[in-house]
Amino acid sequence: MNRTIVEKIISNHCDHPVSAGEVVIPFIDLAMATDGSGPLSIELFQQMQINELRDPEKIIMVLDHYVPCPNDKVARLHDMMRQFCKKTDCKLFDLGEGIGHQLLPEKGYIKPGSIVLGADSHSCTYGALNALGTGIGSSDFAAVMATGKLWLKVPVSVKIELKGRPAKTVTAKDLALYMVGKLGNEAANYASLEFCGDTLSTLDMDDRLTVCNMMVETGAKCAIMPFDQITENFLSQFHSTGFQPVDPDPGADYDKIIEFEVHNMVPQIAAPHQVDNIFAVSELEGTPIDMVIIGTCTNGRLKDLLQAASLLREHQKAPGVELLVVPASRQIYSQAAQQGILELFSQNGAMILPPGCGPCCGSSAGIPGDGKNVLSTANRNFLGRMGNVNANIYLGSPLTAAAAAITGKITDPGEWLHDDF
Amino acid sequence: MTTFEGCAHKFEDDINTDYIISSRRKRDTLDLNILKNYIMEDIDPEFAGKLQPGDILTAGYNFGCGSAMEVAALVLKAAGIKVVVAKSFARTFYRNAINSGLLPIEADTDDIDANDRLRINLKNTGIIIHNLTKNTMVRASAPGGVILEIFRAGGLVNYIRDAGNFPPGVSEK
Ligand code: SF4
Repeated sequence: MNRTIVEKIISNHCDHPVSAGEVVIPFIDLAMATDGSGPLSIELFQQMQINELRDPEKIIMVLDHYVPCPNDKVARLHDMMRQFCKKTDCKLFDLGEGIGHQLLPEKGYIKPGSIVLGADSHSCTYGALNALGTGIGSSDFAAVMATGKLWLKVPVSVKIELKGRPAKTVTAKDLALYMVGKLGNEAANYASLEFCGDTLSTLDMDDRLTVCNMMVETGAKCAIMPFDQITENFLSQFHSTGFQPVDPDPGADYDKIIEFEVHNMVPQIAAPHQVDNIFAVSELEGTPIDMVIIGTCTNGRLKDLLQAASLLREHQKAPGVELLVVPASRQIYSQAAQQGILELFSQNGAMILPPGCGPCCGSSAGIPGDGKNVLSTANRNFLGRMGNVNANIYLGSPLTAAAAAITGKITDPGEWLHDDF
Repeated sequence: MTTFEGCAHKFEDDINTDYIISSRRKRDTLDLNILKNYIMEDIDPEFAGKLQPGDILTAGYNFGCGSAMEVAALVLKAAGIKVVVAKSFARTFYRNAINSGLLPIEADTDDIDANDRLRINLKNTGIIIHNLTKNTMVRASAPGGVILEIFRAGGLVNYIRDAGNFPPGVSEK
């Protein structure tokens, strides 16, 4: 039988070749929990009455959602996680190191062909590295700690072919928002999205992480990029070995094949309160914006910060707009500092927050006020997502976010860019 | 056969886990007996007060989308809900429900209205939803194999505690 990428990856982790629809129990290569899901996972693991981790090397915990710690209750949960990691000998990334979804790829933990689970929905991000990354719950995470395995239904695969070269003002985020709007929930729910097409050669690793990160908003189980020169170059910094890139078999069985023509695409924005409520930025131009967030696991990487800086270098932030910049990891923070752009943001009136999730889900400081319109580079705009049900959240690219910071309104970033951008 | 009977509450499409229980509540406590007072508060502040143990949630497409937090399933169970019937579920909610011993049923919910009385029969071969108020019946498929075993054990914690592991038959590389 001819298999898709996800069928081949899961087959390699079971004792027999599998195909879509089967419920199987593969072993897994790595699992990550955050301070959003870790405390409950630890509690459930203890209830399982199993004394040791099956394999501590495959378990990672990251304190990223509540940074810096906002109150005494969370401080106790953080301490509980620290103590658990020490006792069980598993890896902990403490406060200020960055967001789990950034740290795992950045530190070389994600290998092509592997199964990486995160007790957080945006774990589909790891598909950028030709891995099966998917989100699980706290019981699942506890079971992985206890057994090294997970129950899993092998998903059907939907092939997404991206054709053409995007315009300069169209970033990976715009591409992702466009696809979320078009795919909706019907095409992709429970499915594995498998990318191909000539557009991929224009997407570097930062771009791919952004695209895969957002695909959970279509209901997909995972989103997988092919292994190519760009993947190989990215991995070469870790001198990592022992991985097996996975291609689809010729004639593999896809539930659907969907093509997107990328060259005519324009910058996109998600309006409140659904991620698939997508418009062209130009359609919403002029909508007042009170707060701008540049960061999160979707768009807190160096490339994103540099793109925003390219506009904020030449133009003043509008008075009264609250601008928050949140690098996704300590490494990105340092790189941005070395390149002078943290200084640039700060001089232009921005607040720089420590590496972590920032105000993305209302867990840390940066809660918008009543009636405020927020333009964020995050991945979700649900009612109340940022901690106030009376705020409205728009989602856009770092360029669209920077343009809004400059004008105080939703603004197509195209007119602000030089030809040499 | 397992039977559930209760009064239906009705929700629309795309009910996300932040609506089921908001992140800001979860940040203050993991105590489900406190959290259950805030179920759906952002979309229906009265809702938690109306809930009775045994009530059944019904919804449209994509129930439980958004964050994968398991508290969303656990808090419903803590409020005495044993079954959610929706046209479709987001996959992480479906997993978390099974793992928490809460039964997610995929079925057409158009003919169910708020306050209809439902009786649901779960057999290994399938599920039947009787609408006792309207005197109608809808069939749905039951989860299979290990998924049903986990649900019947009362969730994944009980399952692993009792069995010590998942069933064998998987290669260990
Ligand atoms: S940045 Fe936002 S979406 Fe990403 S892991 Fe953190 S809270 Fe979740």
